[in-house]
Amino acid sequence: MKNSISQIKKDLIEKKISVSELYDEYLAKAKSGNNNSFNLVIDRENNISSINESQNRYDSGNPLLLDGIPLGIKDLFCTKGIRTTASSKILSNFIPNYESFVTQQLLNDGSIFIGKNNCDEFAMGSSNETSYFGPVINPWKNKNSQKDNLVPGGSSGGSAAAVAEGSCVASMGTDTGGSIRQPASLCGIVGLKPTFGSCSRWGIVAFASSLDQAGPLTNCVEDAAYILNSINKHDFNDSTSSNHQREDYLIDINNSLQKKIKIGIPSDYLEDVSDEILNQIDNTKKALSKHGIEFVDVEFKTTEYALSTYYILAPAEASSNLARYDGVRYGVREDGESLDDIYLNSRTKGFGDEVTRRILIGAYVLSAGYYDAYYRQAQKVRRLIKNDFQRILNEVDFILTPTTPNEAFKIGDKLDPISMYKNDIYTVPTSLAGLPGISIPSGLSKNGLPLGVQFIGNYFEEKTLLQLAALAEKELSFNE
Amino acid sequence: MSNNWEMVIGLEVHAQLKTSSKLFSSSPNKFGSEPNENVNFIDSGMPGMLPVMNFGCIEMAIKTGYALNFKINKHSVFERKNYFYPDLPQGYQISQFEFPILSEGYINIESGDNQKKIRIERAHLEQDAGKSIHDIDPKYSFIDLNRVGTPLLEIVSYPDLSSADEVINYMSSLRQLLMYIDVCDGNMQEGSLRADVNLSVRKKGQELGTRCEIKNLNSFKFIKQAIEYEFQRQINIIDGGGEIEQNTMLFDTSTGETRAMRSKEFSHDYRYFPDPDLLPVNLTQEQIDKIKPLVGELPQDKLNKYLDNYNLDKDIAKIIIAEKQNANLFEKMISESTVKPKFIAAWLVGDIFAFIKENNLEVNSLNDKTKDITDLLILISDDVISNKAGKEILPKVLNGEGKPSELVKELGLEQVSDFGELEKIIDGALLGEEENILKFQGGSDRVLGYFVGKCLKATKGKGNPKLINKILLERLKK
Repeated sequence: MKNSISQIKKDLIEKKISVSELYDEYLAKAKSGNNNSFNLVIDRENNISSINESQNRYDSGNPLLLDGIPLGIKDLFCTKGIRTTASSKILSNFIPNYESFVTQQLLNDGSIFIGKNNCDEFAMGSSNETSYFGPVINPWKNKNSQKDNLVPGGSSGGSAAAVAEGSCVASMGTDTGGSIRQPASLCGIVGLKPTFGSCSRWGIVAFASSLDQAGPLTNCVEDAAYILNSINKHDFNDSTSSNHQREDYLIDINNSLQKKIKIGIPSDYLEDVSDEILNQIDNTKKALSKHGIEFVDVEFKTTEYALSTYYILAPAEASSNLARYDGVRYGVREDGESLDDIYLNSRTKGFGDEVTRRILIGAYVLSAGYYDAYYRQAQKVRRLIKNDFQRILNEVDFILTPTTPNEAFKIGDKLDPISMYKNDIYTVPTSLAGLPGISIPSGLSKNGLPLGVQFIGNYFEEKTLLQLAALAEKELSFNE
Repeated sequence: MSNNWEMVIGLEVHAQLKTSSKLFSSSPNKFGSEPNENVNFIDSGMPGMLPVMNFGCIEMAIKTGYALNFKINKHSVFERKNYFYPDLPQGYQISQFEFPILSEGYINIESGDNQKKIRIERAHLEQDAGKSIHDIDPKYSFIDLNRVGTPLLEIVSYPDLSSADEVINYMSSLRQLLMYIDVCDGNMQEGSLRADVNLSVRKKGQELGTRCEIKNLNSFKFIKQAIEYEFQRQINIIDGGGEIEQNTMLFDTSTGETRAMRSKEFSHDYRYFPDPDLLPVNLTQEQIDKIKPLVGELPQDKLNKYLDNYNLDKDIAKIIIAEKQNANLFEKMISESTVKPKFIAAWLVGDIFAFIKENNLEVNSLNDKTKDITDLLILISDDVISNKAGKEILPKVLNGEGKPSELVKELGLEQVSDFGELEKIIDGALLGEEENILKFQGGSDRVLGYFVGKCLKATKGKGNPKLINKILLERLKK
């Protein structure tokens, strides 16, 4: 594939292009900023030594895994010496003095950062409209209504748009309830959320610690394997980082799967779904059946509880994770007459509406008298949801679902929070279970907008999940 | 009148653990550094920073579990206690709440002439907060985050204490135990051990009253003052027809009074929930068992040993076991010499401790002098030198001015113990004392003292008094 990491590396090795030329090509697109996909584009001077070192490695014939590859980084990853805002006013002046574990791995593997991708404020949102730096515009247009600006999805909307518009080869995103997969789907690219515990959360601005997981947004499945090879490592500094044996996800990515595969399609996910979305599932099923993959209907018992469970647990954790943004030690401080005023003013003015809403929901469900009814109950339901997935994954190898219930919608169209939350209906249950999920483009809507399907695998089975996704991608590809 | 009133007290004691690094970060855990010197990105609550548990704290908690007769829980959970304060950078304190690491322990304390069992409800691990300093600038407060994340073990007793003296005994027993098992340095001035006192009053035999909590007391003196003041305050309110409000109180050390900090209505809702950044602590029996041998001998074990095996007087034994370093010094001397433990103990609590006190030393500082001390004690017990000469030499030995035998020679303090020589001196001293000899033989014991003195004088104080006594008695009885 053109612009895939393997093709770009080949071009660099064969000197069809230099690292510097490659970088400048992407930098120019990023700087044009048509879709507002970057909160910050890194100055060229800051990357010159990395570019030169990378070129030297190519010249000496020893390029690293991601050598010279221009990447976007969601503005939720702390990057040393580079402003990191979480797209929030309260962190709009924050420059970390440390590099997140995941981005450090990407740097170690030779990649070059173009800049920090716009996202929903503190990753809270499904349309990238909650960003302090303004909404991101989806590079795709509705062919029946070309003037309309559409959302890229969220919260990793800037990452998805940047990859889709070609201002970076791939971008690092984070996924708490669908924040990688949903925007990938709406922007027609690949988005992988690895198993919880695969990639260290160290240095990522926390939203909901028990759900947050870093993952790549890429042009193709193979690129996701490249990035995963770089970032999927045990980290002692993250207590929830798993220390299981990691695999090489690139080897055999394009070979057909070793064993006979059975995929479950949850019938309860497909009730009340538009024909357009149903078609995505049918097309995928047809395409893969050709390869001898078996499809069976499965049924979850807990799907209807997933969204409410998520919107209790995630805000609860967020309400506590965001307590540190108080204007005292770093970030934007709004003055006041007393300590309480400083807190009140800094946080009232520093946080946007959606973040404030979730902090309030979170504080409410944890408060005395409500804890048992909400938080404790939601934890129990989460356990049931996990068990439900385990039950089904005992019968089938993978689960196939739509990624989103709809195509990209107009900016400003979904002002009601509940209808916005419902956009994550297919991604949230996987997040609650901690399972890996990947969204790949599956076709275009009648408006000419991309739609995606999601494959869900068992814990730490990213290797076969990527192989399956690569096979489906080959069959469904519409990008070229 | 407080005669028919009694106080009911429960204590929450915070003990800082003596680990080298903090509970969830690798910053050094030490007192007395420059402000904000021992602070890393985790301690200062920077975005994206994550806690990593220091297992040394778990080991110390397990040790405490053994020493305080606790049930050591295999499953415990760190939770977040959420509240805003500038010296709490994360906006929450990581603590154990629903599932503490230790539950249902007890210790025995002295109450008057009796022993009293004080039940301990639980002990849990938590992070300490930083310090806010309000008296440097009239407008601004200053924050020192060095203490942030320091490991604390909070030990919560049942309301089994019923006087200030019992509370002091309980606190000092706890302090002694924690120092013995080497988990806390016990330094109350530096805040290594602090107590919150929960106190209510009731007429004897009646239902429990409403309690008030006096926060953060860090000396025995303040604890006693605060309890006595608060006891009287509550009685006065009830006697005046009022009711006790459940308040959190501060003790003002300058006035000796307690005053309300906040009432229950304004008490925090801490919104505890399990910290999703940390896994639950799940211990195996093997991990717990492995710690047991590290607990070592506890004060009560030592007391029994000193009384039964070494025949010490109880008062002396108690002075020695009061601090582990005393006991260590004592036992080192026993193991290194053949001197009788009782003799060593008498010198230890007498002249040796006096020397330590006079010179403001740590007991530990004498650990490398034990051989010299016991050499000196051997010279005394073997009658090579007199007790008095021993007292004279001891400070020089402890100051490292020389070996005891050299000092004895140098100062000419060796006793005359040569039988023949002493006989000659005694015979000389008895010349012309016929009248007194008759008095002695007539039953006047006082005369013996006179003769001993005379003989000692004749030896210039170096004569072995025991021998002189013996020879004198032989001569006089003839």
